[in-house]
Amino acid sequence: MKQLKNLLKKKTNEENHENKEYLDYVHKTAPRTKELKTLVPAFLVGGAICMVGQLVSDLLKMWTDLDKEGIATATSIIMIFLGSFFTGLGLYDRLGRIAGGGSIVPITGFANSIVSPAMEFNREGVTFGICAQMFVIAGPIVVLGISVSVLVGLVYMIFA
Amino acid sequence: MEIFLTYLKVFAVGGFVCMLGQVLINTTKMTSARILVTFLMLGVLLEVTGAFRFIEEFGKAGITVPITGFGSSLAKGAIKGVKEEGILGAVKGGMTAVSGGLSAAIFFGFIFALIFKSKTKES
Repeated sequence: MKQLKNLLKKKTNEENHENKEYLDYVHKTAPRTKELKTLVPAFLVGGAICMVGQLVSDLLKMWTDLDKEGIATATSIIMIFLGSFFTGLGLYDRLGRIAGGGSIVPITGFANSIVSPAMEFNREGVTFGICAQMFVIAGPIVVLGISVSVLVGLVYMIFA
Repeated sequence: MEIFLTYLKVFAVGGFVCMLGQVLINTTKMTSARILVTFLMLGVLLEVTGAFRFIEEFGKAGITVPITGFGSSLAKGAIKGVKEEGILGAVKGGMTAVSGGLSAAIFFGFIFALIFKSKTKES
């Protein structure tokens, strides 16, 4: 029995070893330049989306009499609207294929992560398709975000 | 000229944050949900340590439009809630601060999912 165990262990070790060798090989030979090249569109698209946000915020400041907090909220609502709308048109996902992180990290990417699965499951009906699947990606963000905010509040209350 | 400089800063900071996201994708093969959670937590951390205010002063929308701004709002709201209402505010504050964005995301998500058919399968 022990022998068998040892044999098995040896075998998995060998397999692991092979696997590691292979992974090292892949790591060494995989084209690094391609990875570096993805950083440029991420930077450009992400920066551009943030500039749109700044423009929206500046226009709100000029045209409305909202306070600072109101402008921040209205800006994120408008950005989320834009993200949802362009996801609906199918353009945001096309942008995402080029931009990667540049389209995921802004708040428009959060909107995209809600609309995209909701549209995908449209055919399964309103309740179990759209409504149930809407938070398949955004769920963890909402759950963790709100839990952490409560935690921050409680910790702040204890220490301040 | 000054407005040009402001937008340049926004572009640089926002681009840098998004580029960090791309670095994470390249090095760890994280999915988009993980990336968003990571940056959300980064926003909370920056807000709690007080660093967020300084980055915002410099980069404005460059740091508030990425999901880090969402995290910062959550933490800021919770702290503001505690100051105003004590323990009740600790529970309510974060959600209150992001209620506008979250409601908008749900509402627009629902409406657009009803209107548009999925095009993601086509390439």
